[in-house]
Amino acid sequence: MSENAAKTENYLNVKHTVASWLFTVDHKRIGVMYLATILLFFFLGGVAAVLFRIELMTPTEMFMASETYNRLFTMHGITMIFFFLIPSIPAVLGNFLLPIMLGARDLAFPRLNLASWYVFTFGGLLGLGAIIFGGVDTGWTFYTPYSSTYANSNVILAALGIFVSGFASIMTGLNFIVTIHKMRAPGLTWFRLPLFVWAHYATSIIIVLGTPVIAITILLVAVERIFSVGIFDPALGGDPVLFQHLFWFYSHPAVYIMILPGMGVVSEIIACFSRKRIFGYHIVAMSSLAIAILGFFVWGHHMFVSSQSMYAGMIFSILSFLVAIPSAIKVFNWVATLYGGSIKLDTPMLYALGFIGLFTIGGLTGLFLATMAVNVHVHDTYFIVAHFHYVMVGGMVMAFFGGLHFWWPKITGKLFPEMLGRITAIIIFIGFNLTFFPQFIVGYLGMPRRYHVYPEEFQLLHVMSTGGAAVLALGYMLMGVYLLYSLILGPKASSNPWKAAGLEWTTPSPPPTENFLEPPVVKHEAYAYTEEDTYRDDAETKGDTHG
Amino acid sequence: MNERFPVIPDQASALARDVDMLYLFLIGVSAFFLILIGALIIWFVFRFRRTSDTDRPAEIHGHTKLEIVWTVIPLVLVLIMFVWGAVLFFKQFRPPADAMEILVTGKQWMWKMQHPSGRWEINELHVPVGRPVKLTLTSEDVIHSFYVPAFRTKMDAVPGRYTTVWFEPTRTGSYHLFCAEYCGAEHSLMKGWIHVLPAEEYDDWAARIDPDLAELTPLEAGERLFTEMGCMACHNPASGALGPNVVGLYMSEVRLDDGRTVIADEDYIRQSIVEPMAKIVEGYQPIMPTYRGQLDESQLMQIITYIKSLE
Amino acid sequence: MADGQSHLAHHFDSMEQQRESSSLGMWLFLAQEVMFFGGLFVAYAIYRFKYPEAFAVASGYLSVGWGAFNTVVLICSSLTMALAVRAAQLGDKKKIIQYIVATMLLACVFLGVKGVEYTEKYHHDLVPGPAFQYVPDFDAYTVPVTAETAHPNFAGHVQLFYSFYFVMTGMHALHMVIGLGLMIWLIVKALRGRFSREYYAPVEMTGLYWHFVDIVWIFLFPLLYLVWRH
Repeated sequence: MSENAAKTENYLNVKHTVASWLFTVDHKRIGVMYLATILLFFFLGGVAAVLFRIELMTPTEMFMASETYNRLFTMHGITMIFFFLIPSIPAVLGNFLLPIMLGARDLAFPRLNLASWYVFTFGGLLGLGAIIFGGVDTGWTFYTPYSSTYANSNVILAALGIFVSGFASIMTGLNFIVTIHKMRAPGLTWFRLPLFVWAHYATSIIIVLGTPVIAITILLVAVERIFSVGIFDPALGGDPVLFQHLFWFYSHPAVYIMILPGMGVVSEIIACFSRKRIFGYHIVAMSSLAIAILGFFVWGHHMFVSSQSMYAGMIFSILSFLVAIPSAIKVFNWVATLYGGSIKLDTPMLYALGFIGLFTIGGLTGLFLATMAVNVHVHDTYFIVAHFHYVMVGGMVMAFFGGLHFWWPKITGKLFPEMLGRITAIIIFIGFNLTFFPQFIVGYLGMPRRYHVYPEEFQLLHVMSTGGAAVLALGYMLMGVYLLYSLILGPKASSNPWKAAGLEWTTPSPPPTENFLEPPVVKHEAYAYTEEDTYRDDAETKGDTHG
Repeated sequence: MNERFPVIPDQASALARDVDMLYLFLIGVSAFFLILIGALIIWFVFRFRRTSDTDRPAEIHGHTKLEIVWTVIPLVLVLIMFVWGAVLFFKQFRPPADAMEILVTGKQWMWKMQHPSGRWEINELHVPVGRPVKLTLTSEDVIHSFYVPAFRTKMDAVPGRYTTVWFEPTRTGSYHLFCAEYCGAEHSLMKGWIHVLPAEEYDDWAARIDPDLAELTPLEAGERLFTEMGCMACHNPASGALGPNVVGLYMSEVRLDDGRTVIADEDYIRQSIVEPMAKIVEGYQPIMPTYRGQLDESQLMQIITYIKSLE
Repeated sequence: MADGQSHLAHHFDSMEQQRESSSLGMWLFLAQEVMFFGGLFVAYAIYRFKYPEAFAVASGYLSVGWGAFNTVVLICSSLTMALAVRAAQLGDKKKIIQYIVATMLLACVFLGVKGVEYTEKYHHDLVPGPAFQYVPDFDAYTVPVTAETAHPNFAGHVQLFYSFYFVMTGMHALHMVIGLGLMIWLIVKALRGRFSREYYAPVEMTGLYWHFVDIVWIFLFPLLYLVWRH
């Protein structure tokens, strides 16, 4: 009897007190705490989006003043980017899965990992405070001198929130790099790593090298406001455009912080649901690193019309085009993976295929923006808004929810209703396109972003967009409902419900505290679906459900 | 274009058509790849759907030739985009020498503009069809951005420096002017109209100056300011003058006391007025007081217009 | 052996793996520190290139004497820190504590001098902000008063220099305070006898950190204090 109890003990039921969560050093529990935290921010950012989408149904002021509108889009941008997208896949799925995929018992620095969650939450509270005590109205980009001298809102609190939460990212990134280098299971060589791990390795490099720059930049803005000194203030000889350089030096690579982990997730899902090794594994792995490195040298394409020199603009333009190549290679390799596979369209696969389509549109429209002459016209219009939502929401959020569904049985030990999952994935896909595709058109027509009122001829497209947002919101709510249902009443999951290859599927769902019942030894490359012993149903768990 | 559901904005400048051509090329390339990828996914999903739960498809590691093909083809395509885009960009931002110059100042939340004839406008800009027009932009407070979708052009107005943008209208009519860089509470009200008039009509319009406002041309206003502010006392062509000569200064090479040479463009002249100590001309004493706060951005532009006219 | 085992965290397989991990982690941390200060250095360099005279003049208000003294103090503290690490490698608990206390004393001297300098700037109204006042009075220092350096137009650029002076040295001082906290933690650990020949990673890591803080100052000193001596 006691032996049986020991067998079913896992990271969730090992202890139940609140303190056992708040002081845990188990990467799986920390991942779950991150999940709860960022979903709160996702919800807040989503509410802001719904509110201003309703406002934008009419070309004139409908129910909110311009000050409110400006605060809402700023709140949407800050919460979604800094408190949802950047931590989303790394801090939740990465935290949970990376050590398991490596066959390790935990991340290299478990206490640092816990500290990261506290730092993040503290930064998030500062950001929340900025919103509650009157809001911020600078846009998430904090352009000087508006943010440093003219804005009359809680810039300091928001800036400090971003500054603080940046260190949470750095702690996570640092932890990942060390863990990947030093804690791989016996037999797990670099080119046997799942692509999820490669993607997180590339992401972590960007985090460690990029985040400190935004930290100091945003700190300078805060210092300028607190002490009224003129670091970026033209009246004292300061240079407001310098801020843009420093800001985009991080914030463009941050786009890759947000998308690379999504690409890792998609690789895992596609391999599993076509039972194939990822086509061109080495190239896909290396393209992540290429994106990470090239991504540091393209920031100036945000500044073609900012009075930056035309020749600098040319360099940034061609480098931006070059980043497109490794991204294109990934897409082609994913599609080629499907060829000759055994494809099943379960919920995670629907999200992954949705990701490929939407990311392709996002990436292709990125070419429009790297093209200098076209960029001049569409810069700061809805075309840009549509483009980065296709990458961030169509890409990263789709991948995040795809990954969440894929590993949901592993994380919670419960199955979700598959049919509802598929329907929801389709609703989200349709709602997303309805929301953001019209924005490409209205953007090329000349509709500037961050406009509270706008010329009448753009109304039809805005109404379509708001309608799409309603469908999208419905999809997310539906997902929230059935995932909560599954958490409480869902059937028990076996250790490998998708029949996937990968170390995380060889351990029970949910995994025990130290991840594996016996230390794993890796004998194959990743995704070795042709090998007899790569995937199997866990007979014990099956026996449990039947017994 | 479809009148009821336009997807391309009005084309009111020579450049607009060029940009749209490039845009259509990009759309063509994108549509091709999107359809290709979409069709392949749909085909594979049906062709290779799972028929049995025990399927174990054969392993395919990769294919070097294929990898090269789908690396090189996109590479060639993006290089074409790059060259085309860069060539057009340089055309977009290199005004012809004979362009008519209009001074534009952005401030929260309006655009102030002055024509060569001296006429002032706020949020509305009248320009002649068929003549190149160059705008010199600056800002009195935060960063703004001057955006005319029908001309496919845009430029930031940055406090403390000058930027330029130009266009040649090809069609009469009224077109939107927007501020495209978020600039505070009423950002979305910082917009107006560009009215493109037939050339003669523009000349008549520009000449109609309200006598009560006693509007001077930027050149006249600049000349008057130059006298009123006492610039002449030091900056005269006489030898032994306290300040460097300004006749023929514009776009000439100036030697500084630290040995550097700079080109005397608008930014240099502006800086010399508001921050005289930043660059000291070789052979002169650093004694000029700053005029920051005594001249607003429009007046600075007028003085610079006057100095540029001295040859 | 048994002693070493007790310090092996549950998720590592061997002491070697644990030590290599913490060492790699520390180096990554230092890499992000380089980028953090790097952003500041770049911004400073751009402004200094734009306003060379004003930066030279502003720098003339700083006391090279105090700066040089502090440089020596900090280099000495790096030496004592290195000796503490050496003592830890040899497992000499008493010496670890002695050297760490010496390092802390030197750090306090440094911070004390910094306090004196800050106070002096405060009395000269050189703290950036609304109260900032630039009086072209160089009696105490060796920058010559000329029409150029005495010009009121300089004030803005001089203030810009001081904004960077306070942010950069302030950030550096903050790093030192954090270092002091780490050293207190080390002393507590050492008193409890936690360190041994096999396990001294915290001392080593704190040492690396301290040397980094030292190196930052080695860059800050000439960049801020010696501008006008080119």
